[in-house]
Amino acid sequence: MILEIRGLAVDLGGRGVLRDVDLRVSSGELVGLIGPNGAGKTTLLRAVLGLTPTRAGSVSVDGDRVRPRAGTVGYVPQRHELDWSFPVSVEQVVLTGRTGAWRPGRRPRVEDWRAVDRALELVEMQHLRQRQAGQLSGGQRQRVLVARALALDPGVLLLDEPFTGLDLPTQESLLVMLGGLAAAGRAVVLTTHDIASALYTCHRVVLLNRTVVATGTASELRHRTEVWTRTFGVGPDSPFLSVVRAS
Amino acid sequence: MSPLDFLGDLLNPDLRFLPKALAVAVMSSVVCGVVGCHVVLRGMAFIGDAVAHAVFPGLAIAFVVSGNLIVGGIVSGVLTAVLIAVFSQGGRLREDSVIGVFFVAAFALGVVIISRAPGYAGSLQQFLFGSLAGVPDRDLVVIGAVGLLVLAVLLVVHHPLVTVSLDREMARALGLPVFVYDLVLYVLVTLAVVISVQTIGNVLVLALLVAPAATARLLTDRLVVMMVVSPVIGAVSALVGIYVSWTWDLPVGGTIVLVLAAAFLVAWLVAPRHGLLARSGRLPAADDERAVLVTSAVQ
Repeated sequence: MILEIRGLAVDLGGRGVLRDVDLRVSSGELVGLIGPNGAGKTTLLRAVLGLTPTRAGSVSVDGDRVRPRAGTVGYVPQRHELDWSFPVSVEQVVLTGRTGAWRPGRRPRVEDWRAVDRALELVEMQHLRQRQAGQLSGGQRQRVLVARALALDPGVLLLDEPFTGLDLPTQESLLVMLGGLAAAGRAVVLTTHDIASALYTCHRVVLLNRTVVATGTASELRHRTEVWTRTFGVGPDSPFLSVVRAS
Repeated sequence: MSPLDFLGDLLNPDLRFLPKALAVAVMSSVVCGVVGCHVVLRGMAFIGDAVAHAVFPGLAIAFVVSGNLIVGGIVSGVLTAVLIAVFSQGGRLREDSVIGVFFVAAFALGVVIISRAPGYAGSLQQFLFGSLAGVPDRDLVVIGAVGLLVLAVLLVVHHPLVTVSLDREMARALGLPVFVYDLVLYVLVTLAVVISVQTIGNVLVLALLVAPAATARLLTDRLVVMMVVSPVIGAVSALVGIYVSWTWDLPVGGTIVLVLAAAFLVAWLVAPRHGLLARSGRLPAADDERAVLVTSAVQ
């Protein structure tokens, strides 16, 4: 499974947010998308999903255009997008990940519940399937959102800021889980502000600021000062660069 | 008046309007109780209020030209609901601002139209606060049919509607037409309001949408249970409200709403998990959440 983005450009409100974005992610890869606020990370994910109109370029999975109902790309939006006060259980939240392909009036079938089982098993949340979604901790909520995205068994998984608001041990366990999903043959792309974790865990890091500034493994990028200064707009003596080199 | 005397009046052929009003009130309560679950869970109470006011010009026009009030209300309410949905899509104005403009304008239009009718004051009062004798025979079947239609549509769109209500961004990513489902819900709210308005009144109908669902939410953490409990609360409150109204000669709409408010207060006090008494008699919420986490970790 290969996600391929070619020459992507996005304008929002008459302003160019992304231009000439080229990116290729293969199955088995865990890729971290890093950039400052306003760099276009979320916009890029939304454009891949077809939620944001593009001005130019193309997005494909294995050569086919991405279509929302096809279930080839799973999406994990930021945690606050979901109304956690809604009176639903964990398994019901995960089930909603399958409703996009349903015609009106269709009820959940055995195969739907089996898919929910599989998704919950992948994120190690089967024991909490009956729990009210609002009673979960931040890390557990994130796992439920990943399970919902996996409910259609997509080959590509996109996650928008999955670590925001989580403590370090929870971030680590999530990263291990995402690494496992990639190892099982999925292409996993996540946006994050946690540069140290991304460099430490992701197979590859993409530096984005309206366009792809650089891409490579942690060891390839760590000492390339110029790509970090271009991406984040900091000077060569910024303490930020020391943190990057030490990661 | 004892409940047995009330039953006698319900069966009295000279008081045919009474069982008719009871039937309409119970049907309206059941439909509003189910639709109201979505209104409460999506925080749409203001939209419900707007729709309740928006049906008024249609009712007024139908009244002035001696047309069908239900048809008039539906046309007016649906038109306003669609306008609100369309004007809210641009993102330039917040939805509550658009609603504020449209519902007041619609209500004002209704007041102007009905002021042209003979017996203006009496008609206005009946529309605003409801009446036991307000339902003509021919409307009974229409109200039943519209009520069944609303419940049937809700059953058909239940799963996608829950997906949209739960997470709009994800619903879009899944390819669900979020705007269409918003529109469907607005129209269903309008229909629920229209069939209720003659008995309970334009001003008070919001309570029928919100109070039973809010009470049910206090009593359960399960959506399906909430959707069963809410119409039951609404129907029982309508029955008790009409009994009290008939016994002490009180305005029917206001009495039903007061019974609903009383049910809400009781639930707020004694609900098993979320009631005041239950909350004050156990660990604070934060400790409770920690207990859940500890249990999960052990498992």
